[in-house]
This record gives sequence, C-alpha cells and structure tokens, in this order.
Amino acid sequence: MITRDEVAHLARLARLAVNEKELDMFADQLDVILQSVARVGEVAAQDIPPTSHAVPLTNVFRDDVVHDGLDQRAALAAAPDVVDGRFRVPRILGEPQ
Amino acid sequence: MTRAHLDRIATVNPDLHAFLHVDDAGAVAAARAVDEALDAGRPPASPLAGVPLALKDVFTTADMPTTCGSRILQGWRPPYDATLTRRLRRAGVVILGKTNMDEFAMGSSTENSAFGPTRNPWDLSRIPGGSGGGSSASLAGFCAPLAIGTDTGGSIRQPASVTGTVGVKPTYGGVSRYGLVAFSSSLDQGGPCARTVLDAALLHEVIAGHDPLDSTSIDAPVPEVVAAAREGGAGDLRGVRVGVVAEFSGEGYQPGVLASFNDAVGLLHGLGAEIVEVSCPHFRYALPAYYLIAPSECSSNLARFDAMRYGLRIGDDGVASAEEVMSATREAGFGAEVKRRIMIGTYALSSGYYDAYYGQAQKVRTLISRDFAAAFERVDVLISPTTPTTAFKIGERVGDPMAMYLADLCTIPANLAGNAALSVPSGLSADDGLPVGLQVMAPALAEERMYRVAAAFERVRDEAEGGALIQRVPDLEVMAG
Repeated sequence: MITRDEVAHLARLARLAVNEKELDMFADQLDVILQSVARVGEVAAQDIPPTSHAVPLTNVFRDDVVHDGLDQRAALAAAPDVVDGRFRVPRILGEPQ
Repeated sequence: MTRAHLDRIATVNPDLHAFLHVDDAGAVAAARAVDEALDAGRPPASPLAGVPLALKDVFTTADMPTTCGSRILQGWRPPYDATLTRRLRRAGVVILGKTNMDEFAMGSSTENSAFGPTRNPWDLSRIPGGSGGGSSASLAGFCAPLAIGTDTGGSIRQPASVTGTVGVKPTYGGVSRYGLVAFSSSLDQGGPCARTVLDAALLHEVIAGHDPLDSTSIDAPVPEVVAAAREGGAGDLRGVRVGVVAEFSGEGYQPGVLASFNDAVGLLHGLGAEIVEVSCPHFRYALPAYYLIAPSECSSNLARFDAMRYGLRIGDDGVASAEEVMSATREAGFGAEVKRRIMIGTYALSSGYYDAYYGQAQKVRTLISRDFAAAFERVDVLISPTTPTTAFKIGERVGDPMAMYLADLCTIPANLAGNAALSVPSGLSADDGLPVGLQVMAPALAEERMYRVAAAFERVRDEAEGGALIQRVPDLEVMAG
C-alpha cells in the first residue's frame, strides 16, 4: 500500500514537482501497478542469476585513438541559455543574495 | 513517387495525425539526388534507393526536429544523425518526415503523445497502436511504403497487428541504438515496418549491422532475411517445427483474435509445418517483470532531461535554484505516463525495495530466457496472437494504466529475452472487421527462419483471402473529404 507521502518522496527524488491533484491520482494508480508487479516475488528464484543484458557481450572495446567530439558551437546550439560559450544554469548552491 | 506521397500526406495527415513533421524540401532533394545518380549511370546505392520512408520521432535527425512525442523536446534539433538515420540516407532512402509516438516510447496507443493521438486508418475513432502508432498509421494510410519504429515491449509489433501491417523487432543488438533516444536500454530496439514481409526484409538489411558507436550492437553478419523472405514466398514449410505458446490464450483474449489465430495455425499446417504446443510457464511473469525493469531503466535514462543543456526550461527567473528549475521543467514537460514510470522505477531501485522488485525482476528475466531456450530445443519458431484484442477506441483505456499494459502481454517476453520477433497480418476479426496480427518469434540472430515462416504465411493467407488484407482499408480521401 503506497502512501501519498511516499509518492511525494518519490517525486522529489525524481525531480518532478507534482501538484496536489496529481499526487492523489498517482498514489491510487501506483498502488495498483505496484501490487501487480509485486507478483514477480511469487517466483522461487533464490539460486537464479539475474539478467541485466539478454544477449551478452564481453569486453567491447575500441582502439585508444583520439576522435573529434561535438564542437562547442554544436554542443551549445540547443541550450536554453548560453553565456560566454558556456551553459548558463540556475544557481546550484546557497540562497539567493 | 516522393511527391505523390507528400501530396497524400498533405491530404490525409490532418485526419490521421501520423506525422509530427514533414520535410517536403529535404525529401524532394533526396529523391532528386537519387534520380541524378541514376541518370549519370551510377548504380543505385541500395535496392531501396528513392523509396520514401516515415521515421519514428525517437531517432535523431540533424536536419529535422526530434521530439520523442514530448513537450520537453518540442522543437529540439539534434546535433547529429542517428546511425540508423545515416544508414537510411546512405542507402538513398527518402525520409519524408518524423512520425508521432507515445511520449518517450511509453505506451500502447499513441495517446500519450504530447501533440495529440494518431488515428487508425481502419477506423479513425480507434488507436493505431503504440508507441509507434504514427509509423503504423503512415503505412496503413498509404502515406509511405516503409517506416521505422522501435520496440521495447511491443511498440513495433502491436501497432502492426492493429493496423494490418508488418512490424519486426530484430534481435537485441541487431540494429544500432546510437541516436535512438533511450527509454529502456536493455530492451529498446529499432526495426523495420512495411506492408509486406519482403519490404520489411529489404529495410531490415539496410538498417541492421554492427555499429562501433553502440557498444551493445552485435558484431556478426546481418542475417540474410531478404533471401529468407523470398524462400518463404515459395510457400513450403515442410520440416519446419512451429510451436504454439500455450500461455498466450484464454481469458482476456478477444474471440475474433483467437479465431484468426486458429485459422493461421491451420494455414501453417497446410504448408507442411509441424505444429507443436509448448508451455513457457514463466511467461506469466513477463508483464510484471517488464513493468519493473523498463521503468527502472527509464527513471535513469530520463534523468538527462534536466533543463540544463537542451530542451524545455521553465521557471528560470533568476531566483529559483537549479533543482527547482529542473523539477518545474520536468513536471511541465513530461506527461502522466512518463511520470508514473519514472516514479515506479525510482521506487523499484530505492534501497529497501531493490531486491524484492528490480532484483527479482531480473531473475524472472533469466527464467523467461530459459523458457525460450527450452522451447527452441523442440521447435524452430514460436507463434501466438500479437496482442489480445483488435484496435480499441481512443480514450477507452487512458484512465486505466493496467488495462493499457495488457496490450503488451504477448510481445514482452521477446524483449526480455532479446530474441527476434515480428507481427504479420493474420486476418480481419470476425467480431469487428479489424486487423489481427500473428506473432512469429525466433531465437536471437535467427531472423531468417522467422522471415521465412512469415513470408510463407503471408502468401497462403493472401491466397485464402483473395488478395492482401491491406487493400481493404477504408479510402481515407473519401473519409477526409
């Protein structure tokens, strides 16, 4: 039974500013979904190795040769805000002065 | 041919809404380049040179927007072409535009697109499937003879099934994911969509193959699917063992779908195939395992949409912190289904829940792969209905996520195991006259046998029906006009 508070916590972790109405809706929906997917617990699987990659590959390397990456202009082309050839972002530390 | 398709799109797309972006100038220029090369006596770049195609808006195109059906990428111009895009262009394929999809490939109806749903050409009040509904509708609506989709839980095959077209999910790693905006990295796979099995095979050979830019791409020769499709077209399946998955039947399956599937089994038997019933007991857990693994991977993959380097940015008023701007942007930029899946994934991966949910789902994944391996010891291919029902009405399932998820019941196991699988039209349902799809599954890298069986089936089914089923799709220009 997932609570509204737990959903609010998940939203904070996932950086989603969900509103009050959404919280109620998501709490109901997530509860139904999580109860359904919990069925994976019915399978006795203690000695089964987990699969993270269905068609396994090993040691996929390339030669250590320098390649060009995106140039600065291309990398900044879709940026929301550019200053001095850099991404201008909102403050990440502290309170506004 | 390109102009004819552009004209068709201009006429029917307002009703169909299959395309989010149409590149008239680019398409005409690409077609002209093919013509000029041919006039100059140069051999065609591929068997598909000059053929128009609709590209799902989840692959990056440097000269067209790539939105993934999301407001958070509305208007985004990628700085590079996906490998798949480059291979299409190099083959002389004419990309007509980008097709509509469920947001970030999450959905089974294309109703989760931020830009409005696509409609099914067979009945404009119904869904064309999802997440690749724009691609399937463009084929069934005769807007393009070829299309590209991606399939993570069935998003190529289920739309093919409900629109009476062919859709293929290659072996995981068979088609490069470089430039495919990631939803669930261990499941996502791009693949060909077409109106016939042979066309899909021709497109498959253009897009598949090892890519050093995708470290999950398989370094092995592309399966010779065109030859296999042609061989299948001869209509002889003697010696081929076809397994019917026992678990994909019963409650929840529309009677018309099951009837069409039984007819298909009869037709395959008539071609000389040996029909065997096989049980894959862990397939019952495929849906819950998928709705843990895919959301977990998506919660990680979609963290990159943070309003910092590209895409939507909201609430940057000079006072708000980066975290506040991120949260406000993601809240406004993502739709409900995407948010649900991000939160499920966040839950399943968080400490205290990881072992019971994500960890357990990964073990179920191993058991599903083992079920497939055991089945393929006894049979060459596995078959089932592609999806339990025909196209449902737009609006019918959006309020009930679990009901929507059930559309993927039969398609998901192949994604979890990484096998090859396709959907080929099997008939029109006796219930409602809507298309039904037959799913054919093969082991990883064994696409040839899947294409061979599908091509043989397509031929005998067309003969039984007196022509290709797709010819019965309603005349959109009459419906539009």
